[in-house]
Amino acid sequence: MTGPLIQLKDIRRTFHMGEVDVHVLKGISLTIDSGDMVALTGASGSGKTTLMNMLGCLDRQTSGEYFLDGEEVGGLSSDKRAVIRNRKIGFVFQSFNLLSRTTALEQVMMPLAYTAAGMSDRQARIRAKEVLVQVGLGERLDHTPSQLSGGQQQRVAIARALVNRPPLLFADEPTGNLDSKTTIEILAMFDQINRDEGITIILVTHDPTVAMHARRNIRLRDGQVESDIASPTPAVRLNTVSEDAAAGAAP
Amino acid sequence: MTLTKTLQTAIRALRRNITRSALTVLGIVIGIAAVIAMMEIGKGSSASISRTISSMGANNLLVMPGTAASGGVSFGAGSVVTMTAQDCEAILRDCPAVAAAAPIVRTRTQVIYQDRNWVPSFIYGTTDTYLEVRDWKNLTEGEMFQEAEVRNASRVCLIGQTILREVFQNQSPLGKELRIQAVSCRVIGVLAAKGANAFGMDQDDIILAPWTTIKYRISGSSGGQASTATSSGSGNSGGASSDSVYPGAASVFPPPADAQSGDKPMPVRFANVDQIICAARTGPEIKTAIKQITELLRERHRIRPGEPDDFSIRDMTESANALASTTNMMTNLLLAVALISLVVGGVGIMNIMLVSVTERTREIGLRMAVGARSRDILLQFLVEATLLCLIGGIVGLLVGRGTALLVQKILKWPIEASVEAIIASVAVSAVVGIVFGFYPAWKASRLDPIEALRYE
Repeated sequence: MTGPLIQLKDIRRTFHMGEVDVHVLKGISLTIDSGDMVALTGASGSGKTTLMNMLGCLDRQTSGEYFLDGEEVGGLSSDKRAVIRNRKIGFVFQSFNLLSRTTALEQVMMPLAYTAAGMSDRQARIRAKEVLVQVGLGERLDHTPSQLSGGQQQRVAIARALVNRPPLLFADEPTGNLDSKTTIEILAMFDQINRDEGITIILVTHDPTVAMHARRNIRLRDGQVESDIASPTPAVRLNTVSEDAAAGAAP
Repeated sequence: MTLTKTLQTAIRALRRNITRSALTVLGIVIGIAAVIAMMEIGKGSSASISRTISSMGANNLLVMPGTAASGGVSFGAGSVVTMTAQDCEAILRDCPAVAAAAPIVRTRTQVIYQDRNWVPSFIYGTTDTYLEVRDWKNLTEGEMFQEAEVRNASRVCLIGQTILREVFQNQSPLGKELRIQAVSCRVIGVLAAKGANAFGMDQDDIILAPWTTIKYRISGSSGGQASTATSSGSGNSGGASSDSVYPGAASVFPPPADAQSGDKPMPVRFANVDQIICAARTGPEIKTAIKQITELLRERHRIRPGEPDDFSIRDMTESANALASTTNMMTNLLLAVALISLVVGGVGIMNIMLVSVTERTREIGLRMAVGARSRDILLQFLVEATLLCLIGGIVGLLVGRGTALLVQKILKWPIEASVEAIIASVAVSAVVGIVFGFYPAWKASRLDPIEALRYE
């Protein structure tokens, strides 16, 4: 927790739908510290997806300023934002978004191909294997998505998000397609990543139980921050989840 | 993203959809195979057509001596005696555009065999290359005389079909003695039928003999052209005796006694020929051949710049034009067919690539989310399309070549392998890949990552 990783100043986003202007974000100012674990919640249409897209450098604000790691990224060109996404941001999606008929190892290696630094194929393979072992899939490097369970698929997706060692990880409804037991496993994994690697995690969810695993809970309503509170006794929650996960993950 | 990595990514993507890739490639395979097969079969037909036309003499050039005039009276074409057999050899040696050249000595006289006689339209004294020049190498019987027989002025001859019919009444004439004027010549071969030429002259009404035989034994003894030759040509710097043309040739006349030679000096037997017939290598090279022959003969005849030529060259413009236009038309026809099949193949590629972009929208969105720039996406799809086309091109090439060989084997059509077509079709297939792959790739690169990720 060293200084703010994300700083938003009066962010607004307006979509032009024909004649009508739809104001989705109406002046959001936030600061998220490095190493934090934040849940972004809100009802449908509250603007949380739009905010996540913006935080994830997929979209640009209409007005306001967005500092990521001290750099104003809202005004960057799309190519420069692609580089930022590659180096600083990992994405985990509700629907996993894995490539069909592609082995877990190749899925995880994929972002490395776009890394400017350039990594040899062998180095990329070693790094991808390392991350897959870290998420507990060391035995399933050559499995394709159809040969993996939902939880395993999501772990491949997490490995893919982590392979470039980003300081920031976005998870958009990461447990939306998973059963409750797997949900606990995946959340435990986020806790572990957050604790061990110091990676800042932003969970976008409308599930209050998932949101409670975060230390901080930001709630949006009508494009504005409705509440921004610390979760009750995060340490206790973390511990219980870790134990549950340990019990569930290694039978 | 480096090109190697893009290539790897493209290969992985194509392997993931192997069936679709194969079907896409099929379009190009058929296109290129059609082009290659058409080119090979077409070139074969075109070559055999132009061979047929050039056997009519379209490639031939006739080099004639120039015109002599006395007191304002011109004696017409061929009335000066300047062409020699050495000119013919020099043309063959020094003019790269000339494939073959033969000297011709003409005469017109009566031939007799037993109780039948005949006056052939053509009695040509020439060398063994004459048949090559006229593209008339197939004999129905016997064989052509060789260089040794030309050197020795041997009494041998070949006859055309008309002579065979009229004089020998279709009996095999081989080994029979045909009397040409007063000289008896052994028939050693019979030429295949050639029919009439463009002006209705019967080309089969012909007798071929070594030019030395005609020159020194037949027309020489008749005193016709040879006497004009000696009278106007002896002492000419371009002149030469038969001994210098064919060193070591047998002496035609008995050596004169000392008294006899002192009393009546032997005239130099000037080895002039009536014309030289040449064949250009190909139809379009006729012009070059004319230029080369003109330069060479002017130099050999020591004609100063500005002075008129002492010879003239005739080409068969009409037949040559027919040859050129036929070849051109065939080439254009093939080109049109080739273009159409390639465009069809290319549109097929574009079609499939567009479907592929739509189908893989989420993949594109994901790649963009993990850091692919639009140009990475553009390049990936472009490389995929180009790779498909190249693979299609190579497979198509093999299929086309196989088809052409099959056609040759089964239908007995002539084919001719075309290196240009092979290089061009591979290059064109790559270009087709780039051109028709560009639009889908551009479309993919312009996708909004947010929309693309949400695409169902």
